[in-house]
Amino acid sequence: MQERAVQTRTITQTTPLVDVENLAVRFVSRDLDISVVNGVTFQLHQGQVLCLLGESGSGKSVTMRALMRLFPPTARIGGRINIDGIDIPALPESGLRKIRGRLISMVFQEPMTAFDPVFTIGSQIAESVSYHDGVSFRDGHKRALELLELVQVPSAKRRLDAYPHELSGGLRQRAMIALALACRPKLLLADEPTTALDATVQIQILLLLRELQSELGMATIFVTHDLGVACEVADNVAVMYAGRFVESGTVADVMDSPKHPYTEGLLRSTVHAGTRGERLDPIPGAPPDLAELPPGCAFAPRCSYVQPVCLEGQPANVDVGGKHMARCIRAASAGAANALAG
Amino acid sequence: MTAQSLSNPASDLKVAATDPDPRDRGGPQQPMLLVQDLKKHFPIKGGLLGRAHAHVRAVDGISFDVRKGETLGIVGESGCGKSTAARLLIRLIEPDAGSVILDGEPVALGMGLTVREMRRQMQMVFQDSYASLNPRLTIEDSITFGLKANGFSKVESAMRARSMLRLVGLVPEMFAQRYPHELSGGQRQRVNIARALALGPRVLILDEAVSALDKSVEAQVLNLLQDLKQRLQLTYIFISHDLNVVQYISDRVLVMYLGKVIEIGPVDRIYSSPLHPYTRGLLSSRLSMDPRKRVAKAPLSGDPPNPIDPPSGCRFRTRCPITETVCAQREPQASTASEGHSVACHAHTPGSGHSLAAARA
Amino acid sequence: MTAATTIDEPGAVAAVGKRPRSRSFWQTVGRRISRDPVTIVCAIILLIIVLLAIFAPWIAPYDPYRTSMARRLLPVGDHRHWLGTDELGRDLLTRLIYGGRMSLFMGFMPVVLATVIGGMLGVIAGYAGGAINMAIMRVIDVFYAFPSVLLAVAISGVLGAGIVNSLVSLTLVFIPPVSRVAESVTTQIRNQDYVEAARATGASAWRIVFGHVLSNVTGPILIYASSLISVSIVIASGLSFLGLGIVPPEAEWGLMLNTLRQSIYVAPVNAILPGVMIFVTSMCSNMISDGLRSAMDVKV
Repeated sequence: MQERAVQTRTITQTTPLVDVENLAVRFVSRDLDISVVNGVTFQLHQGQVLCLLGESGSGKSVTMRALMRLFPPTARIGGRINIDGIDIPALPESGLRKIRGRLISMVFQEPMTAFDPVFTIGSQIAESVSYHDGVSFRDGHKRALELLELVQVPSAKRRLDAYPHELSGGLRQRAMIALALACRPKLLLADEPTTALDATVQIQILLLLRELQSELGMATIFVTHDLGVACEVADNVAVMYAGRFVESGTVADVMDSPKHPYTEGLLRSTVHAGTRGERLDPIPGAPPDLAELPPGCAFAPRCSYVQPVCLEGQPANVDVGGKHMARCIRAASAGAANALAG
Repeated sequence: MTAQSLSNPASDLKVAATDPDPRDRGGPQQPMLLVQDLKKHFPIKGGLLGRAHAHVRAVDGISFDVRKGETLGIVGESGCGKSTAARLLIRLIEPDAGSVILDGEPVALGMGLTVREMRRQMQMVFQDSYASLNPRLTIEDSITFGLKANGFSKVESAMRARSMLRLVGLVPEMFAQRYPHELSGGQRQRVNIARALALGPRVLILDEAVSALDKSVEAQVLNLLQDLKQRLQLTYIFISHDLNVVQYISDRVLVMYLGKVIEIGPVDRIYSSPLHPYTRGLLSSRLSMDPRKRVAKAPLSGDPPNPIDPPSGCRFRTRCPITETVCAQREPQASTASEGHSVACHAHTPGSGHSLAAARA
Repeated sequence: MTAATTIDEPGAVAAVGKRPRSRSFWQTVGRRISRDPVTIVCAIILLIIVLLAIFAPWIAPYDPYRTSMARRLLPVGDHRHWLGTDELGRDLLTRLIYGGRMSLFMGFMPVVLATVIGGMLGVIAGYAGGAINMAIMRVIDVFYAFPSVLLAVAISGVLGAGIVNSLVSLTLVFIPPVSRVAESVTTQIRNQDYVEAARATGASAWRIVFGHVLSNVTGPILIYASSLISVSIVIASGLSFLGLGIVPPEAEWGLMLNTLRQSIYVAPVNAILPGVMIFVTSMCSNMISDGLRSAMDVKV
């Protein structure tokens, strides 16, 4: 592995592209009423890459889909979502359709199911282009070819006429990225885009996404459960648990000095070269049932540092220095010590 | 090579019985499993009469051994045939050619073990913890099913099912009467392990058994697997695409590509100095855990090819950085590079004609 | 193997603190149905019709066969004959209740028989696969190619009129679709991991079918079969209407529709009453079938 310093991104605008405050999402139906996202606040500037890291049930996918309101009708959204000045929860369906694909685009985990199997790749990309840009289908096709070349699909011209099932997993994912980039979106959302791919293909796709992101300057949000993915692509990372951010900051800060016990536990549980020969030290228990969250800190039942005050109420999100936030009372005392010191 | 002894801080765990297994025939020197030239080609039918016009050469002549008490890790990407190989071993699929010898006794070859007898000694844990359990049966019923099918009485089966649950860390009073959908992924996988161990096998094939679990749960189950291996003197075949997990749990590692074994050796050797260009590329594709040391360039380009029409000669040559003419002409044979480490690559076979090979002679 | 010590994963057991009652699949289905008002109402209506039919001799006010030329085609609402009389002076209320016996019998029995036979054939074909599957399903396909009504008429025509023959005819008509459903569901189940795991323990095919396949197959088969009840009632009535099923003077709704047809200009309300009964019974069984389907659509 070659060394490569993380490039610092110059932030050209002071107003964030994505401004989310107190986002809450509930699924309400005849059988259930669960709160899947419980108050998420963050901002994202043009050109930045944010990674939402968490396990199943953490609410990471739902948080991201809220930005496009890509939900079944049973979902209820609360809080403020502002993207490029547009108030997302207030948009009517027609307005949503205009921004999906144009302002915001999404890359899904399973490219086989995200593409319509009865149309060729080229025609699906061309369709998106001609819908949003208002150009003819032929021009859309030309653009589709450009895009396939942009995502480094070999023999792009031939692949335009291929059906989704005729392409291998890696090529399909590239085609999906091409589809997502078709209308030059300002915000790219990626939902576990490489989880279903083989290792040698995964690294190719991640590098491609990284390249494209820095070339085109889009803001990007990745959802993943894999710490390695976060390390490879993200500038900032937010760790989610039971529908909340429990820790956030630059990826270097969070990985080097995690302040939340869950993040610590996650790092400890991740198997890597250094763990060989030792017994692993996993987080005990299992992720919580979202329908029955305890009143206090959601991680308390599994936390080895738990104290009585943790069970009473939500810990505050504390700044432990340099925009590194953690939702834990231990971080609060450390943060206070920092504040006193400097 | 004996199983690596792991530091075991849990002092309340009783040490595994050291009495030899009564089913053991050849002692520790005899390989637990000897696989010779196993082949499976799936026909692709088409045309009016449904004739097979091409074959998917899923497993195309693999040979390896598994030593008693070790964990053999099998890695490879899609199309390499590792899942098919697992199913061939346990005979869920019938092989087209080749033989499997379990502790000196051939399986399903007339003399030796019948398939049924083999399955008393070798069992499998599948990847999808939810699909592996019948949603209409309780946990206890799922476990007792196999026992009753093998002649255990109702009462015996129930007792054994409960002790299996306890063995994997699930309190029977709480879990036996539950249904799969009430359990978390990690708990379900424990049940699958309990079910596989119920018949008392000596070999456990784990086909991506932890891949679908969350990281924190995966760590718990890996610990459980290590404990069980020690207590019950098991032999594991651990199939996974996750290179880090394989490195953690295996004693030896086998790398498959497009239906063939391309490298096999001790885990430390394979991971520190891999010989085959594919193994090198695969290991370099691992993601960095340090944001300051990111991977700069993808080591391998393109996708793993389709096993329907593999390239002539060496199957990896279309993606190989050091391919030469000899690679298209002849298929490389396994050659021993060092103690216990063999690789199927012309560049590492002395006298093969590859420009790098002569230097190693 | 003794269960000497517990491998103690701290928290793994503790995380599952309370122990609520586990509900089996059918219990969950029952619970969901109990919360579905439409299904419950339809079930009650159907139950009333069935009970009326069963207790007909004790409930019906008159003798269903007693004719009276003087009291022909009395209108609905007559103080002695609440639902009027038919063209031969027989009390319609009585005839409808008695007719229910025949119609319901011809509605349920063929479906029950076809479910058992067709279900068995389908499961065997689905699990065995290969040549056995082809043998069974291709024969079934021949029957399936005929529209159900035509097939019923054709078989009845060959066998002749009468209850037993109608029963045979209808059962034969329904076996193909049920076995098709059973076969396709079984084929899907057969490829599931838990069936592979069961095979890996060395269980015999019969054991796997009874232990694993049936429990998963009965749901979809029941849903499909229940939707056939209304079809069966209608076809049975149709057969009687054509003179191929129940013969006079038996009371049966389809037959009654036929004989009252001629009086439609004179006493239209009387004439459509048997049709109303067919309609209500069919609707109710369809709604129950729908309710069963959505109740079984359990997201687990």
